Amino acid sequence: MNRFPTWKYVLIGVILVIAFLYTLPNFFGEVPAVQISPTRTTEKVDTALLSQVESSLKAASLSYQGMELAGNSIKVRLISTDMQIKAKDVLQNTLGERYTVALNLVSASPAWLTPIHALPMYLGLDLRGGVHFLLEVDMKAALEKAAIRYQNDFRTELRGEKIRYGRINRVGSAVTVHFATRDQRDAAANKLETAFTDLALTPEDQAEGFTLTARLKPEAQTKVQEFALQQNITTLRNRVNELGVAEPVIQQQGASRVVVQLPGVQDTAKAKDILGRTATLEIRMVDEQADPTTVQQGQAPFGDDIVASRDGGKIAVKKDVVLTGDSITDASPGFDSTSGQAAVHINLDSKGARVFKDVTRENVGKRMAILLIEKGVAEAITAPVIREEIGGGRVQITGMESAQEASDVALLLRAGALAAPMQIVEERTVGPSMGAENIRKGFHSNLWGFLTVVAFMTFYYRVFGLFSSIALAINGLLLIALLSMLQATLTLPGMAAIALTLGMAIDANVLINERVREELRNGATPQAAIHAGYERAWATILDSNITTLIAGIALFWLGSGPVRGFAVVLCLGILTSMFSAVTVSRAMVNLTYGRRARLAKVSI
Amino acid sequence: MLEFFPFRKTIPFMSWGKMTTAISLLTFLFAIWALWHKGLNLGVDFTGGTVMELHTGQIADLPAIRTELEKTGLTEVSVQTFGTSRDILIRLPNKGDSNAAETSNRVMAALTATHPGLELKRVDFVGPQVGKELYDNGALALLVVAFGIMAYLAIRFEWRFAVAGMLANLHDIVIILGMFAFFQWEFTLTVLAGVLAILGYSVNESVVVFDRIRENIRKMRGATIPHIIDDAITRTMSRTLITHGSTQIMVLSMLFFGGEALHNFALALTIGIMFGIYSSNLVASPLLLMFGVKREHFIKPVEKEKKEEAVV
Repeated sequence: MNRFPTWKYVLIGVILVIAFLYTLPNFFGEVPAVQISPTRTTEKVDTALLSQVESSLKAASLSYQGMELAGNSIKVRLISTDMQIKAKDVLQNTLGERYTVALNLVSASPAWLTPIHALPMYLGLDLRGGVHFLLEVDMKAALEKAAIRYQNDFRTELRGEKIRYGRINRVGSAVTVHFATRDQRDAAANKLETAFTDLALTPEDQAEGFTLTARLKPEAQTKVQEFALQQNITTLRNRVNELGVAEPVIQQQGASRVVVQLPGVQDTAKAKDILGRTATLEIRMVDEQADPTTVQQGQAPFGDDIVASRDGGKIAVKKDVVLTGDSITDASPGFDSTSGQAAVHINLDSKGARVFKDVTRENVGKRMAILLIEKGVAEAITAPVIREEIGGGRVQITGMESAQEASDVALLLRAGALAAPMQIVEERTVGPSMGAENIRKGFHSNLWGFLTVVAFMTFYYRVFGLFSSIALAINGLLLIALLSMLQATLTLPGMAAIALTLGMAIDANVLINERVREELRNGATPQAAIHAGYERAWATILDSNITTLIAGIALFWLGSGPVRGFAVVLCLGILTSMFSAVTVSRAMVNLTYGRRARLAKVSI
Repeated sequence: MLEFFPFRKTIPFMSWGKMTTAISLLTFLFAIWALWHKGLNLGVDFTGGTVMELHTGQIADLPAIRTELEKTGLTEVSVQTFGTSRDILIRLPNKGDSNAAETSNRVMAALTATHPGLELKRVDFVGPQVGKELYDNGALALLVVAFGIMAYLAIRFEWRFAVAGMLANLHDIVIILGMFAFFQWEFTLTVLAGVLAILGYSVNESVVVFDRIRENIRKMRGATIPHIIDDAITRTMSRTLITHGSTQIMVLSMLFFGGEALHNFALALTIGIMFGIYSSNLVASPLLLMFGVKREHFIKPVEKEKKEEAVV
């Protein structure tokens, strides 16, 4: 009665071999590497680049262990971290700005493990060191920005249709157009309704005139918000590329948040600075009629905003935005050809170029302000006088304090404008030394606990205890194999969960062993006792594991970051423990005792 | 056969009902009092704010660091050593200003000038909104787990078992929280994860006993319900102590080797395991008696088959 059919042993054997293979990469550790990837995602990495990398490393007489082209990046394995840093500098210099060269670690497992995709466990930031940011997109601002766009579009539309209108003002994300007569209002409502299907228009008759208030329809609002989030994610990706991080994670979380994880980043202040910057560029006209003294006192004339200018003064600019950063396709630092001053050269897209050409033509001799808006504060970088019509979409902004500043501003503009401002709402930074320390602590917690449990089990239950211990070790093996296969993120709480599941997994074996002992005590034959012990304990094991699984799933569902890491391991650990504690230990018992027809005694 | 707990005779646990209920009630009330009076010492995860762990090259002069930080306009700074005299922990609350995320940069900028070799080991910054959400989600998770387990037990056993098991375990959770409040240990997200894991784990214990009770109800026809429960607890006692002992070994290993990050987590688990043993045997089972569990709840009276009469 205590025999397994052969296929069961074979199945267990196969599972163990597979688990062992996938666990292997974790033992080989990682070697320092340099990763080269294109700055722009549209560009491709090819063999030509591979040979270029090869020759430039040879030229610098830097030896490397290997080089591989994986995905859209090249990874060069190096012998030491010194070599790694040298290689990074060499490559960054020769390859120039088109490629990002980042420090990375790659698995040191032998090549034959690569075809089966056996990789070491994916370590979380608390174990490998790095920065985790949670950024929140200001959706209210996204809607207001959309409203500003409509405000301008209304003007163009009504002017085009030759409908007379009064003021157009905006409160929050609602745009109100004033009219003198009802007919004008109704005509406008007709036109606007067909031109802007995303808007809900509400006409109102007021004492001082007739108004039409436009608001975004709810579904259009969601669309605007989704778009803002996507745009910001793209922008963040560009900015992270500029930082040169090997394996960044940039993901949407919920409706308005973005997670950015930068493994191995040491200079967190710089990372935060670049990511947290909400620089957007706006081009607006300077209000030439404004009274300079009231402007200096900070009182904005009607329809104007007061902004600080670089030289410490204040200027009044019109509320209407001529162009926003969305129209910028490229920006690069440089020098003004006549004055030699540091400058930023900007390229505009075709729509932006057209608008810019029109505005400059109509406003020759007037001043135009270029505003850099960071964290909600606008600053006029420069407010040059328009000398002539500027066509072709190529604009030069002077007024930079230094070449460094010009390149900073260019980076921010090139990295793309944000559709809406973002704020860091959560940060978790772990220094590299701390990461290594956490791995050591997590490992020791597991090791000593495991050894003590094994010693106790073997002492107390003898042969059955030994089987239980082997089953427990196999449980650990299966769990690590599963984590490696799924590439689930292992965090420090995750390592705690491994320890906890190992402690809990032994429960199943204790249940079985106690049951077997009890059956023996009640006078059952050893074979019958083993059979009944496993049989009866199974229902209990199932029940008790499912309750823990419920807790694990709820934790995964509602938890975030480290807690999620804990939950994943807890759930997987429960599943592997049911297999190892029941099936694998039974296989061992059956192999040892099951074949003997007349078994007088079992060691338990 | 080596046995630590050779219980041959059934131990009359149920006759101690009054005493165990009194003990439970007292510890429970004490926990509630601690929670009410002192409240949980919520970590930065829930309150929002900034926590930084720094390694200074030399022995840290805490008052000097405090004044240096206050000079830069950072107020309500708490600076303390952490583990060694060269490791310091700085805590800063979230202030009204919008760029709270910059706080850690300001601290580093202020301290690097005067402390060569200063090393940043860890920064946790949690914005006020996120802190509140983590708190709400934590509370929600607690409810979901409690009801999920209760539903499972109700399906697998019977509602009396479900309610008794759940109350016994919530009693454990309240006691863990009460201890954290009383000693003002920091309650972080990781501790919360531990508490929820305990909720799932500790129910195991009740499940094992309940399983035995059900089995006994079917087997021991002549026995009274209290005797059946006593027998179930006695039979599983050895397993209970050994299982929890093994889990506790792992947890102790975490407590000793896991460092500060896992310390409070391991502490929560330790309390949970200790009270889990007690409550699932001596709280859940008396509750079961109180709810009036009966043999009929598990043994359905055999229905006589009705023969269909054919009508011609």
